Amino acid sequence: MITEEIIKKIQQKKGDYPVFRSAIMSALHEIQNTEGWLSQESLYKVSGMLNIPPATVKGVATFYHMYRHVPMGRNIIQICTNVACMIMGAEKLVDLLKREFGIEAGGTTGDKRFSLVIMECIGACGTAPAMLVNDDFHDNLDEKRVMDILNGYK
Amino acid sequence: MQKFLLKNVDNPRSTDIREYRKSGGYKGLKKAVEMEPGKIVDEVKKSGLRGRGGAGFPTGMKWDFASRDPNFPKYLICNADEGEPGTFKDRHILERDPHLLIEGMVIAARALKVGRGYIYLRAEYPAAEVILDKAIDQAYKEGLLGENITGKGFKFDLSVHRGAGAYICGEETALIESIEGKRGQPRLKPPFPVNVGAWGKPTIVNNVETFSNLPLIIEIGPEEYSKIGNPDCPGPKLYCVSGFVEKPGVYELPMGTILRDIIYKHCGGIKGGGKLKAVIPGGISTPILPPDKIDCQMDFVNLPKAGSMLGSGAVMVFDESVCLVSVCMRAMQFFEHESCGKCTPCREGTGWLSNILERIENGMGRNGDIELLLEVASNISGKTFCPLGDGAAGMLLSFIKYFSDEFDHHIENRKCMVN
Repeated sequence: MITEEIIKKIQQKKGDYPVFRSAIMSALHEIQNTEGWLSQESLYKVSGMLNIPPATVKGVATFYHMYRHVPMGRNIIQICTNVACMIMGAEKLVDLLKREFGIEAGGTTGDKRFSLVIMECIGACGTAPAMLVNDDFHDNLDEKRVMDILNGYK
Repeated sequence: MQKFLLKNVDNPRSTDIREYRKSGGYKGLKKAVEMEPGKIVDEVKKSGLRGRGGAGFPTGMKWDFASRDPNFPKYLICNADEGEPGTFKDRHILERDPHLLIEGMVIAARALKVGRGYIYLRAEYPAAEVILDKAIDQAYKEGLLGENITGKGFKFDLSVHRGAGAYICGEETALIESIEGKRGQPRLKPPFPVNVGAWGKPTIVNNVETFSNLPLIIEIGPEEYSKIGNPDCPGPKLYCVSGFVEKPGVYELPMGTILRDIIYKHCGGIKGGGKLKAVIPGGISTPILPPDKIDCQMDFVNLPKAGSMLGSGAVMVFDESVCLVSVCMRAMQFFEHESCGKCTPCREGTGWLSNILERIENGMGRNGDIELLLEVASNISGKTFCPLGDGAAGMLLSFIKYFSDEFDHHIENRKCMVN
C-alpha cells in the first residue's frame, strides 16, 4: 500500500528540483523503504504522480542496482565481495551464508528472514570484509562475527 | 604533519555544529562572505588545488569557466558517489565532519553565484544520509544556508540527492543525468557541465574532498596553502589504504608523499611481516605497480611517470599470498557489472574480458588467451564513450605487463601458483 504519508513525502521532494520528474529517484526510494520492493503497480503510481511515461519509470528503476524488483526478505544482507573484501575472505562468508541459511546471491530464505545481495564496494576497504544488514553497517567480519550479528535480526 | 581535513574526525561529537565551530569551523566562510566572488575564484586558482575525485582537473580553472558563463541559474553539485573500489576517504568526512563539506560548498556557492546545490550521495552510505540531513538542518537554523546567509544577503539552498547503486554516476555527466531523474549514462562532451549541465544550466561538480579543502584555502590564503605538499599539485591529501598492511585506514598526508613511506612508515609495513607483491595506488581502475615502482610520489604529476595514476588515492596492498589472477578477474567482473551499456566497446568488451579471465582463474584457460585478452583490451582503450572502459583495459594491461607469469602458470598448470 502506498500510504498518504509516502505521497506527501514525494510531493515535498518535488520542491527540491526545478523539474518535478527529477524527484523520481526519491519517489522510488520512499516506496521501497516501506514496501521493501518496487512492484509493477508502484511503478505505475510513480508514473502518475510525476507525470512520466511508465516505460521511462521502469527504465530508471531497472538501471540502478539497489532498486529491488522482487519481494525481499525481512532483512537484506548486502555483503561486499569486491577486491578489498575478497582478499580478506569475503567469499568464505558468502559460502557460510549458503551453508547456514541455504541462500544464494540474489535469493531469499524460505522463512523470508533473509535476502542476500552481493555488493560492489561499500566503502569499508580498510576494515574489510564488510556488509550492510538493512541500513546497519558491520565491518571486520569473520565467520563467528557474521553469525553473532545475524542472530540479532529476526 | 598537522591535520587540516581530518582534524575533527576523532572527536565523537564531531558532527555537531557547535563542535565544528569550536575547532574554528565556519571561519573560512566568514572571511569568504567579505570577499568579492571573483576574488574567491582567484584565490582558489592561485592555490593550485586540483580536483580530488580522480581526474585532478584544476579546480580554479573549472570555476573560472563556470563563472564566465552568462547563463543563470547555475547549480553546484557535490560528487559524494564514492564508488571506486578501494576508496573510503569521502565517507570519513561525510560521516564524521559533515560541516566541513557544507562550509566548502557554501564558499563555492558564494564564489560562483549559485543559489541551489545538491550532494549526490551513494545509497551504499545510509548512515551518511542521516548525518548530512541533520547537519544541513543545523546549518539552516544557524543562517548558514537558506536566504540571507550570515546576514550578507546571499542565498543558497542545499539538499541530499540519494543515488541507488551505480558506479558510473561518479562520472560527472552521468551524475547529472541521474540528478535529473534519468538512467545514469554519460553525456557527450563538449559541451562541458560548466556551460551545459543539470537541466541545461551551468553546473559545477566537485568531489567531497575538493570542497573540504576550500575553508582552509580561504582561511590561510593561497600562498600558505600552496606550501603544503608538492608545489606542482599542492595541498593535503587523503590516502585510503587497504589490504595487507599492519594499519589500514585513511591518512591525511601532504600531496606527493612517497608511496613506499605510506606503506612502510605510516601503515606499519606489510601485515604479519609478509612480502609485498603489488600495489594498486589509486583504486582499481588505476594500473597496478610491482614492488620496484613504489618509490614514487603519490600525486597527479608523478604517478603517471611511474606508469599509474593517483585516481582517488586508494592504495590497495597485496602480499605474496594473493593470487593476482583472481584480483584481476574480480576487478573485471566489477567493470562488467557497472558498465552502463551505452557504448559497445565497454559493454561487450568488459563482458568478454570477464569470461576469459574467469576461465583462466578456474583452470580452463587456453593457449592464446593472453593474446586474446590483449586484443579485446586494445579494442576498448580509447574507443569508449567515457573513462570506465579505459580504466578496465588499463588495469588489465598492467596486470599482464608485470605479472604475466602468474597468468601463464594458471593456463599451463590449470591451477594457481599461490594457493
